[in-house]
Amino acid sequence: MTALELESVSRQFVTPDGGSYRALDSVSLAIPAGAFVAIVGPSGCGKSTLLNIAAGLVPPSSGSVRVDGEALSGLNRRATYMFQQDALLPWKNVRENVALGLVLAGVASADANARANEWLARVGLSTFAAHYPSQLSGGMRKRVTMAQNWILDRGMLLMDEPFSALDVHTRQRMETELLTLWESTAENAEFAEKNDSLRAQRTLRLKKTVVFVTHDLEEAIALADEVVVLSAGPASHVVARHPVALDRPRDLFELRTSAAFIDLYRSLWAVLRDEVIKSQRDA
Amino acid sequence: MKSSRASATRNGAVLAWQIAVGAIAIAAWQTLVTLGLLDAFFVSRPSDIAKRLSTWVVSGTLWGHLATTLEESLLGLIAGAALGISFGFGFARSPLVARVFDPYIKMLNAVPRVVLAPLFLLWFGLGIWSKVALAVTLVFFVMFFNTYQGVRDADKVLIDNVRMLGASERQLVRHVLIPSALTWIFSSLQTSLGFAMVGAVVGEYLGATRGLGYVIAQAEGTFDTTGVFAGMTVLGVVVVIVSAGVSRLERWLLRWKA
Repeated sequence: MTALELESVSRQFVTPDGGSYRALDSVSLAIPAGAFVAIVGPSGCGKSTLLNIAAGLVPPSSGSVRVDGEALSGLNRRATYMFQQDALLPWKNVRENVALGLVLAGVASADANARANEWLARVGLSTFAAHYPSQLSGGMRKRVTMAQNWILDRGMLLMDEPFSALDVHTRQRMETELLTLWESTAENAEFAEKNDSLRAQRTLRLKKTVVFVTHDLEEAIALADEVVVLSAGPASHVVARHPVALDRPRDLFELRTSAAFIDLYRSLWAVLRDEVIKSQRDA
Repeated sequence: MKSSRASATRNGAVLAWQIAVGAIAIAAWQTLVTLGLLDAFFVSRPSDIAKRLSTWVVSGTLWGHLATTLEESLLGLIAGAALGISFGFGFARSPLVARVFDPYIKMLNAVPRVVLAPLFLLWFGLGIWSKVALAVTLVFFVMFFNTYQGVRDADKVLIDNVRMLGASERQLVRHVLIPSALTWIFSSLQTSLGFAMVGAVVGEYLGATRGLGYVIAQAEGTFDTTGVFAGMTVLGVVVVIVSAGVSRLERWLLRWKA
């Protein structure tokens, strides 16, 4: 089943001088349910625009978006979105931030807090429940954000360079935690499918679809099942789609030096390199 | 621990200096008048002012006037804040209305409040309401501009994130826009409070039967400079005390800030 389907999606923006800028040009992309897809491209190629369109935050100028087979109108209520910048509410403490989505959905506060506590335990931040975001490190804030998103248990995760502001080591740790979370829900789904046919339909959705935007090819290969390469802007389009046949679970600390990884990197970089050169020539 | 102790000593030193500056200024004033370099008729003298203040306190005449001024200021602050915040919010949420009313807001804000005082006396009488109205005209604009800015300034990413997490328009207002504006509003609370007192006192000064502004106006009418300075002293002390309270409140309300 296709979780997200973009059909000849284009998007223009009005520039400050009154002209128009074509960010995306006829992008078609189908992402199967439960897949982890990374979208890479040089900076300014419209990766974030693509994600915003999938989220329903920005409507496409032309083309159509379907989520789980249904045409998307308004916000994508089947997805959560992890932004590049910090998006935690600074005036709410960690627990309140994690519980926010539940509170917005009308869950009673005792229940919402209890579930937030469970998630805080999962991301290892139980002792920081009463802290404010400004009192946390960058990596901790990302973990809170992950808990804030995952507590809603939506089928799709849209992620826009979520770890790009972190230092290399924290970043690798966050990538590992992301994969661990994602793989654990996938296992739950398979387990439930085998053992409880009544719940199978519901649990199938537990295997989350991830659309992960990054400009870092290494990160894309390390995390994803499939890497999509976008061309340099303006008028970005899909130039390549490449499956990543690396076993899971992956050990991110070892993976990057394995022969299979390096081969993949080489063949994808051959495509991406041309686009990066183009984007820098125009800049 | 170390840094908090260090900052505590620094605070102590600052307080000592603050007291020293006041003491030196008062001593210099007293000395200059005693030596005859300044005329006590024009500038009074600290010892006389202190005597006058103690007379007011002992006889109890001070409290009634002070209560009146504080009541007017507080009512002006509350009404001005309520109006300013609602209008600021409304304008920020509907850009068309904001653009239509923009020149009128600017015009009204440019009107000197002293000009309005006699009109308010005419409309609302000699009682407290003409003073409250004057305080409102001052507080309103501070609150209005800060709320407007605070709502407009709300972080786009925070808004998008909360919407993605499922917020309705009303929840967006409650969880993002109001808290975002509140940081601006609280930061302007000190200014607003000062303005509310200025409004009340100026109103009393121009026509009243009670209040600190009335006391000062009466004293000026009889060239009683001691009375004028005593009235100003009371105002100053009250403002410092109330400001300290507001600062504490602000620190508590904005405790999430690093």
